[in-house]
Amino acid sequence: MMSNVENLKKDVVDICKKFENDRTRMMDIVRAVQDKFGCVPSEALDLIAAEVSSHRVEVESVVSFYAFLSKEKKGKYVIRLCDDIIDRMAGVEKVAEAFKKELGIDFGETTVDGKFTLEYAPCIGMCDQAPGALVNDQVITNLSTDKVSEIIKTLNETDDITKLVKRVGDGNNSNPLVHSMVRNHIRKRGDVIFSEYNEGVALKNAIAQSPVEVIRTVKASRLRGRGGAGFPTGMKWEFTRAAQGDKKTIICNADEGEPGTFKDRAILTECADQLFEGMTIAGYAVGADTGILYLRGEYAYLREYLEDVLQKRRAKGLLGNNVCSVKRFGLFGKKTCINFDIRIQMGAGAYICGEESALISSCEGLRGDPKNRPPFPAQKGYLGTPTSVNNVETFCSVVKIVEKGAAWFSALGSSGSTGTKLFSVSGDCNAPGVYELPFGITVNELLEEVGAEDTIAVQMGGPSGTLIGEKDFGRKICYDHLATGGAVMVFNKTRDVLEVADYFMDFFIEESCGYCTPCRVGNVLIKEKLEDIRKGCGENGDIEYLEKLGKTVKAASRCGLGQTSPNPVLTSIENFKAVYEKLLKTRDDGMCPTFDISAALKDSEKIIERKSVVFDTV
Amino acid sequence: MENTITFTIDGVEVKALAGQTIMEAADGANIYIPRLCAHKDLVPHGSCRMCTVNVNGRPQSACTQPAAEGITVENETEDINEIRKDLVDMLFVEGNHYCMFCEKSGNCDLQGLAYRFGILAPKYPYLFPDRNVDASHPDILIDRNRCVLCARCVRASKDIDGKNVFQFVDRGPEKRIAVNAEANLEETDITVTDEAVAICPVGALLKKRVGYAVPYGERFYDHKPIGSDIEEVAK
Repeated sequence: MMSNVENLKKDVVDICKKFENDRTRMMDIVRAVQDKFGCVPSEALDLIAAEVSSHRVEVESVVSFYAFLSKEKKGKYVIRLCDDIIDRMAGVEKVAEAFKKELGIDFGETTVDGKFTLEYAPCIGMCDQAPGALVNDQVITNLSTDKVSEIIKTLNETDDITKLVKRVGDGNNSNPLVHSMVRNHIRKRGDVIFSEYNEGVALKNAIAQSPVEVIRTVKASRLRGRGGAGFPTGMKWEFTRAAQGDKKTIICNADEGEPGTFKDRAILTECADQLFEGMTIAGYAVGADTGILYLRGEYAYLREYLEDVLQKRRAKGLLGNNVCSVKRFGLFGKKTCINFDIRIQMGAGAYICGEESALISSCEGLRGDPKNRPPFPAQKGYLGTPTSVNNVETFCSVVKIVEKGAAWFSALGSSGSTGTKLFSVSGDCNAPGVYELPFGITVNELLEEVGAEDTIAVQMGGPSGTLIGEKDFGRKICYDHLATGGAVMVFNKTRDVLEVADYFMDFFIEESCGYCTPCRVGNVLIKEKLEDIRKGCGENGDIEYLEKLGKTVKAASRCGLGQTSPNPVLTSIENFKAVYEKLLKTRDDGMCPTFDISAALKDSEKIIERKSVVFDTV
Repeated sequence: MENTITFTIDGVEVKALAGQTIMEAADGANIYIPRLCAHKDLVPHGSCRMCTVNVNGRPQSACTQPAAEGITVENETEDINEIRKDLVDMLFVEGNHYCMFCEKSGNCDLQGLAYRFGILAPKYPYLFPDRNVDASHPDILIDRNRCVLCARCVRASKDIDGKNVFQFVDRGPEKRIAVNAEANLEETDITVTDEAVAICPVGALLKKRVGYAVPYGERFYDHKPIGSDIEEVAK
């Protein structure tokens, strides 16, 4: 019999070999090791480094970066309870207590039998069916305290994770390859994303034109990136096409990690073919032969299904070598055929990887650190190749644009923001879910659509967006007025906007890569001050302190995360200043209002075994 | 001259060669742009953000941003210096810095920047992180309390020493410098003459037994402010 160490060695060597000992496939290697052993143990770091000609500390650097990877052994079942603000509103604290009681461990711990690990996770993309959790790759939705004991019992009795799904969700969630209890919650189907998809028609249309003509069509549609930044898609493709390089890359950013965002989940489940067709059209337009779908680790339950969709497209000649060849498609007089294939790159729990250059780092097998710009991805991206990174929704829009024409598309929405937009709506409303609506609708119209009442605040675009109050509900949702990547969190009058801001700061601290000073340190300082204010230890000048700190973090940070991370505090100050002011204290006894003398004296009182005579405040 | 770029820093006309960064061009023109992670022998990292300048009104790090024809760069403005002071303060409260008995005092770039900006004490509350010290190596000490995560050692070890002794692990506020070994520095192939050791701008990587060879009061920044070497050549 082989020893454990020899076993480990053999498995690690096999895993590395499967990825051709290619260090740029580090994410796949360490994920595979993690899956196999429940961790990436210390010995494995050395083994991997030797196999891929890297260094132990480089491998450790990657492993330690991602929340789903660890050096310490985790339980057979890792339960990751989503504790974002919406889940908190849905009662996740009680569920958390129930898990602790049922398993006899605290969060961050593993049961002695090595069976269960309990952890928190930031938004897992299930805000519309909160509270949610991941048990390994399996998604559990609409959790309640009752369900907790049932889950543990099922796992203890059957040792079969699929048994946790008592009732499968709608649409492709019931596909055997997905087999998930997740519900799509597509509440409104608009004219673009969720309109009828005719397989291969757009691709055939595209290949009948020259790549430059395809780009011209996309430019004419005035389509802008749906991830939130709103960069014109056609222009991005044009830059990528024009950049020097034999090989080019198309990447689909399916790392939607912004709390409150789950629109891509609906697309990936129901419109995967359309998405891949959009990527293939992009490949043709920019002259790329490599496509990568970067899928967030939380959506691993969709992976097998998506792989199957890719395989079927290859079989149909819609993907792979000789896409849409003359023989298969009968494009007479047109000899063009292209080579374009797509691989799925799994993420491993890092919000920052939704930032396009961090996403590229991750695809290259590195820490998810953003890169210095310039060069921009369009000039030098994935492995140095000119790369276009686009959002899931953007690719899906392209398919309909190429099929129905730029004029048809640009007639939808508003002039600066053409087309439709998917909104992931969650929080205090009757019908949380995914809505496809034309750009230009007002916040009020959206709130009515989703059945929201007594709303006091709406978080537009997730934590990195804007927390708006009633006076802004008449504003139009579009790139030039109220921009959003799609997350809409609704808060009614029972909610505390400072709790919302506080949670969001926690989120950014947790998800900062730590590369640059302002984001790494500044957000912690903002959060500490906000906590002080919430505890009633705020004083005059604290608002100005937060504003100045926030300004520095925004101005000096290296990437979009840091440049937007103070927004929850800055926009809540802007729109809910009275809430802050109410909490700020002044004192007339000359003491600093934030200084608690009785708390400060506690230790010395303990030593002298009596209360302070002068400050006998208790 | 061919391939020459002309632009301005605080209204002063500066010439650069194509491919040069704003910082390189500024150095050539004897204009000091404050910096911590940047070093002339290393590839730019762009992490400390101390060299933040406004380029046509937008904040950019001068160490990574290429010089370009006709751009307007703001360096010594009140707004920009406020940002830099905030960053110095952040770095001081983020770690555990004890200048009064640090071996690097007087030669420390972080301290030097604080002096240059007239900072007497940081305005933010100290975070007092729990960080460890690695004294395992016979000749070299790592004190993570004083580390500013500038990656100078990471880059120098890789690109100058041809080794790979250092790398970052963890992320966010937990991010820290790690060594290429299961536990400690003594297990690595680092030697005391490695550039990675000498290049640390603060007191995080120290050569043992030479800390006080030059007494306090006779060190670089005891005589001249940080950046003087760049500014002085002009006169």
